[in-house]
Amino acid sequence: MVPVSYYIVLSAVLFSLGIVGFLFKRNIITMFMSIELMLNAVNLAFVAFGRSLGQLQGQVFVFFVIVVAAAEAAVGLAIVILIQRNRKTLNVERVNLLKL
Amino acid sequence: MMVLFFALAAIAVAGAVSLIYQKEPIHSALSLIIVMVALAGLYLLLGAEFISAVQIIVYAGAIMVLFVFVIMLLNAGNEERTNFSRMAAYIGLPLAVILGAGLVYFVSRGSQEVANPDAVTGTTRPLAMMLFKDYVFPFELTSILILIAILGAVVLARREGD
Repeated sequence: MVPVSYYIVLSAVLFSLGIVGFLFKRNIITMFMSIELMLNAVNLAFVAFGRSLGQLQGQVFVFFVIVVAAAEAAVGLAIVILIQRNRKTLNVERVNLLKL
Repeated sequence: MMVLFFALAAIAVAGAVSLIYQKEPIHSALSLIIVMVALAGLYLLLGAEFISAVQIIVYAGAIMVLFVFVIMLLNAGNEERTNFSRMAAYIGLPLAVILGAGLVYFVSRGSQEVANPDAVTGTTRPLAMMLFKDYVFPFELTSILILIAILGAVVLARREGD
């Protein structure tokens, strides 16, 4: 059997890669996908901990995380479409109306 | 078991690296689908069949199709580089590496106990019991959240004057 800490290490690696993607990418859609990657990493940690504790609450939590991620993707992509329509770009650095 | 874990973990990490490396958003989206399928396999290894199926159907199926749909709708091509992303490389990358190394270090110092072998298996029925008995109120709340998200998406993406 695989030790639980292996799963948690994999989860940490995926989460860090998500952060790197969020920092590096300038395309708003790819930044969005990096956030989804981080959510997936957290889900893996939830399931692994739930398994190691012999409880199902972890999986219930993952279920709710997936539902919220779906809602977030729907609203977020609608905002992306609005940004593209109003500013004719997907580069986040050109969406700087609130910047000093 | 161990071989399967390392194979799936390698696929997941390779997909995540590819997500960052690719220039075209559509390639990044396909890489993310690879990560999600690998994670579904890992959920199977952990004995979470229902979550594994939901991962494929909802994440790799619905959410990523939404992403691909928007990418094609907006005709998103190569992304341009600017000076500010170089600043992210000089400051952000070391910070992210430190965070990742620290997480891996402290987590791997923890107990090496094997995943509980007599954990609940065949989890769909007990999961449904728990979801509709103990967590029925949050479950209903999420349905309201979904409704609000649908309304918000429709209102936001609607053209002016329609």
